[in-house]
Amino acid sequence: MSAVEKMTPAETRLARVSLPDGFGPQRRAALERLNAMGLPGRRDEYWRWTNPTDFIAPDPVPAAPFSDDEPEIFGEIDRLKIVFRDGVFDAEASDELAMSGVEILRLADAPDVNWASSLYGTLEANGQDPVKRPFAALNTASATDGVLIRVTGAAEKPVSLIYTHESETSDPILHHLVKLEEGAEITVLENGPAGARFNKLMEVDVAKGAKFHHIRVQGRDHERRAVTSIFTRVAEEGLFKSFTLTSNGVLTRNECVIDIVGDDANAHVAGAALGDGKTGKFHHDDTVFITHGAERGESRQVFKKVLKNGAEGIFQGKILVKPGAQKTDGYQISQSLLLDENSQFLAKPELEIYADDVQCSHGSTTGAIDETALFYLRSRGVPEEEATALLVLSFVADAIEEIEEERFRDAILTRLEGWLARHRG
Amino acid sequence: MLDIKNLHVKLEEEDKQILKGVNLSVESGKVHAIMGPNGSGKSTLSYVLSGRDGYEVTEGEAHLNDTDLLDSEPEERAAAGLFLAFQYPVEIPGVGNMTFLRTALNAQRKARGEEEISAGDFLKLVRGKAKSLKIDADMLKRPVNVGFSGGEKKRNEILQMAILEPKMCILDETDSGLDVDAMRLVAEGVNALRDEGRSFLVITHYQRLLDHIKPDVVHIMADGRIIETGGPELALEVEKNGYADLLAKHGISEVMA
Repeated sequence: MSAVEKMTPAETRLARVSLPDGFGPQRRAALERLNAMGLPGRRDEYWRWTNPTDFIAPDPVPAAPFSDDEPEIFGEIDRLKIVFRDGVFDAEASDELAMSGVEILRLADAPDVNWASSLYGTLEANGQDPVKRPFAALNTASATDGVLIRVTGAAEKPVSLIYTHESETSDPILHHLVKLEEGAEITVLENGPAGARFNKLMEVDVAKGAKFHHIRVQGRDHERRAVTSIFTRVAEEGLFKSFTLTSNGVLTRNECVIDIVGDDANAHVAGAALGDGKTGKFHHDDTVFITHGAERGESRQVFKKVLKNGAEGIFQGKILVKPGAQKTDGYQISQSLLLDENSQFLAKPELEIYADDVQCSHGSTTGAIDETALFYLRSRGVPEEEATALLVLSFVADAIEEIEEERFRDAILTRLEGWLARHRG
Repeated sequence: MLDIKNLHVKLEEEDKQILKGVNLSVESGKVHAIMGPNGSGKSTLSYVLSGRDGYEVTEGEAHLNDTDLLDSEPEERAAAGLFLAFQYPVEIPGVGNMTFLRTALNAQRKARGEEEISAGDFLKLVRGKAKSLKIDADMLKRPVNVGFSGGEKKRNEILQMAILEPKMCILDETDSGLDVDAMRLVAEGVNALRDEGRSFLVITHYQRLLDHIKPDVVHIMADGRIIETGGPELALEVEKNGYADLLAKHGISEVMA
């Protein structure tokens, strides 16, 4: 028997990691971190409810691309388009990577620029303590493509990252950087399934008074799997806002690690997930860690999950308030709407507070459709299925409200209504 | 219009008989009022007629013209022309009042085989009706009943009634929680809808609403039955003397009622 045959899937995966060109020291450090922590097992506290096997496997489970009859969600929005086909930048389908107040580079070009070198892997490395995030370290070490965005003013339009999926076995690893200089502002849009198995990481550095808006729609591919991470550092008076809509997908793990380092900063992260086990297994996991390390910071976590036909939803959200982070205002709500008795929602809210003058609250609920509201709608002539759809929209409304601009809210609502129309009964 | 015969209803969850043989006929164009002490079954009657879950009809029947109400889904009853103005209108966060009204109207039209109303016509319709009920643009834009005062919620019920144009309107204690001015506004809204082809069943504890919405017939309900039927003077008599004499006359102890 050869040595290779004795290796576990995790060992094989680690042995196969190769480091692409560029950011050599950062990639090598990430690989060292990864080898030291290893890939997760079911015994890891933060992987108890989500089975990491398919993320660990040396090769992805093949996933048939999903032919989508819906128009692209942000198609009507004036934006700078950047397209990745199965994780590879598609210059032809993309706009020119130029916009006033914004510098955009490609990771695959291995650019040697100071700002990118000092950011690449830095926030990810900082976010490895106290909870290990092996797939993020794996990403930093081996990401093959991505965009490096530096914003110096108010971006004239949103940057729209579009991930198409064509190959049944694509296994893309993308790593993006977004660096907002003092007072800068940008909106980053993301949509599409990207591949059979997608590992994506975004490091967002928000300088003093800068504003970052993020609206993401994870693809409708029924068979896709994705593990994504956002690491952000928010300086004084900075704003970080992220919203994610997930519909379908066998397995999704979205991690968001937020570090509030400057006074009077704001960080909001929200998500709405819709899962119907009838069109394939659905397991969705939101894992959030927010650290308040400065005074008068405000953070909000608003997560809503609508689950039916055996769909599974997970929420793990933590607020850590460091000593001295006085007047922190932390809020967290995670809720699920179970449309039948076969679906499941598990939530683990955590608060850890070392300052004495703070306001932190958390809540988690699981429930069925409100019968009184359903009757009210039906008594007005609205058929049961349509009434249920309206109540689902009502349920996720708080999360969608976290999106500031109406045009994006409308785009998300249209997509939600489409999902509801397809998943009645 | 509305015909109820020997209606017996019990709660599904517990073996408790609430309605014990209700007989009631409301003719087209008439306003009937039902008064009665707490626990007499007034609200139950309104819920059973509109199809709320949790009740079991053990005997009797109820028809709205040719529609067998007890055999229809709530939305079918609505499309057939039944409307219940709720005692406690429900808040629906995240769903705009306009969206709600339009969804309801179009659903009913569709069920009746009519064309959906265009966005422009709908807007015109709502604005006209809202104005007379002093419902402003903001209330129309806000989520259904969310952050509405008691009076606003009741006015919103009447607005729905005005837009859906039902044949048979049941008002379940629409006066509860209203001050005098709000009650007058609501009553005016109802009176504006009075029509040859439309009937009302007004459920109330108090005579004062009936000063504003003048009934043709007044029923007194107690212990799950209608025990007295008369003209408007019956309401005045109850207002003056309470229910005690009437209950005693029909051998119903007050404790039981």
